[in-house]
Amino acid sequence: MTQPLQQTSATFVGMPKFPEAARKELANAQQRKNLRHATHTIRTKRGNVVREVDEWEALRVAGAEAKDEALTHLGDYLEQLEASLTANGAVVHWARDAEEANRIVLDIVRSKEVDEVVKVKSMVTQEIELNEALEAAGINAWETDLAELIVQLGHDRPSHILVPAIHRNRSEIREIFLREMGQVGRPAPADLTDDPPRLAEAARLHLREKFLRAKVGISGANFAVADTGTLVVVESEGNGRMCLTLPETLISVVGIEKVLPTWEDLGTMLQLLPRSSTGERMNPYTTMWTGVHDGDGPQEVHVVLLDNGRSHVLADRLGRQALRCIRCSACLNVCPVYERTGGHAYGSVYPGPIGAVLNPQLRGTSSAIDKSLPYASSLCGACFDACPVRINIPELLVELRGKVVEEAGRTPESAAMKAAAWVLSDPRRLGAAQRAATTAGRLTGGKPLRSVPGLGAWSNARDVPSPPKESFRQWWARERGKGEGR
Amino acid sequence: MSAKGEILARVRGAVADITTPAGQRPAAAARDSGGQSDEGTLELFSERVADYRATVVRAAAGDVPATIADALAQLGCQSVVVPSGLDAAWTASLGDAVTVLPEAEATSHAQLDAVDAVVTAARVGIAVTGTIVLDHGPDQGRRELTLVPDTHVCVIGADQVVPDVPDAVARLRPAAGAAQPLTWISGPSATSDIELNRVEGVHGPRNLVVIITA
Repeated sequence: MTQPLQQTSATFVGMPKFPEAARKELANAQQRKNLRHATHTIRTKRGNVVREVDEWEALRVAGAEAKDEALTHLGDYLEQLEASLTANGAVVHWARDAEEANRIVLDIVRSKEVDEVVKVKSMVTQEIELNEALEAAGINAWETDLAELIVQLGHDRPSHILVPAIHRNRSEIREIFLREMGQVGRPAPADLTDDPPRLAEAARLHLREKFLRAKVGISGANFAVADTGTLVVVESEGNGRMCLTLPETLISVVGIEKVLPTWEDLGTMLQLLPRSSTGERMNPYTTMWTGVHDGDGPQEVHVVLLDNGRSHVLADRLGRQALRCIRCSACLNVCPVYERTGGHAYGSVYPGPIGAVLNPQLRGTSSAIDKSLPYASSLCGACFDACPVRINIPELLVELRGKVVEEAGRTPESAAMKAAAWVLSDPRRLGAAQRAATTAGRLTGGKPLRSVPGLGAWSNARDVPSPPKESFRQWWARERGKGEGR
Repeated sequence: MSAKGEILARVRGAVADITTPAGQRPAAAARDSGGQSDEGTLELFSERVADYRATVVRAAAGDVPATIADALAQLGCQSVVVPSGLDAAWTASLGDAVTVLPEAEATSHAQLDAVDAVVTAARVGIAVTGTIVLDHGPDQGRRELTLVPDTHVCVIGADQVVPDVPDAVARLRPAAGAAQPLTWISGPSATSDIELNRVEGVHGPRNLVVIITA
């Protein structure tokens, strides 16, 4: 049985490689300022609440072990999850890929004869572009998380896993609300200011009528507990509770890697996730539901278990650790590359360090963007230190770089590396090469070289130091040696 | 092959290198928090709940009705919905100043939207994180009761407060065949989506009052 790759979704087909996309993003000064403020603020908050927990390292190990236990016996735990869900009145569906998941959701929504659904912020439904699929069928999918609402009303794309509208400032948000809210429901108050409490109030009023009348809610899940059949959604605003409680029908799309073996594993995960994500001891609201609860909440509960490339990642012994990811975004907030480029340059709904390892594994490395993502890092290692489930992102990046290079075959860079190995392996060849280089150095007059023929892309981003007038070996021979080493 | 059969075959094929059976991972290290409610735990609980800018009040058992009435009056609440199994004494004296709507009569979302407040009990409190957990038993009501009104007054017993998250998880394991939904609440609803400025109160109750009683 082979494990197929994820198809790149329509939004990201033809994305330029990371350095090109990043160059465009770097020119956006407002975005860079917002990102710096956001990443540093959350980073500090996270540091403070992580330091409060004496056994933090032991918790990280326990978190990684819980996910590894689930992932390495995924077939067993998925079957157990399905049995627990079914026993509690939920209907379980299986989807091989995005298209199948969207079709399942669309069929359920159509059977309810509604023209709108309310949505909890969910990475997986962004991944499969469910909103686009629903809209193509004439069904409005209302995003209800404040940041997702800003992104949706602004006809924009999320740029951060946790705070997707972080690239927008308050005056931009005010303009979007004033211009767009009236097109799709209750308009923003005419006297709306750019004061954040006023903006949040406008969202509350705009969305309340949608929550109260919605017949169908759609969510993802942060965790799916195999031994009890409980799904968990972790949130802050209460929009999640609205979508999970008020509609008659609830559809949750859950990646197969979200499964946890036992109820007790929540004790670990609910300590790791909020502290790593928002830098809080606990997020304001967490909802846990176990199938259908008589007389309380949706009386029809569907769960769509989605593969979409995950089994492909699972098949790689080293790479499978990326499936431990609980989407906390701690790695984004500590990454020096993400801090400057933002999320859009990564060509996926999963940006930052985790995106740089997850996307090339989910989608393969045939496209320009996926080939370049393993290089979107300085390998500083901050992401590994911050990861609550100990995903060794730098190790994976290096592994993926090797894979990209192998697949590429002979390039000027690989030819240069091979030539370097040939020269460096023999002292006489090295001496000859250095004499040639110092000759070149005297010719270029000590000015840095801006480009080297045949290495255009490589030397575009790097200044080649001008060769010295004398190599160390030449200096040693002149000063101390008696003709040796020449 | 069905989608289920195919996905299961894919994930089993993907981990063909794994030979240890499921359920054999090392047991997590024992924790020493003990699960006891003592005064230190209660102090920490009040401090941490207050950190979220929720209102925390300690009240002797006999003072709970008056404390509830005070809290509602201070927030200007004129109507309150009450779960069917809530201690009747807690709200018996409210009738004069406040319209009391019994849970059974709150049949539509719109009706709840017009109510100012809800009063409930709780199932578990967590000291380290300042969290209250509802299991929506008869003294807490259906989930929407504590969601749609703008003020939530929650009464929690000292013996319900545990030190940390794993202690709470241990108490809350869903019963097979009779699972309850759970809502974990840590302060009023909040967002930091606009320039990371924390704004209390988006969709859930904007006011949370926690009354700790013996």
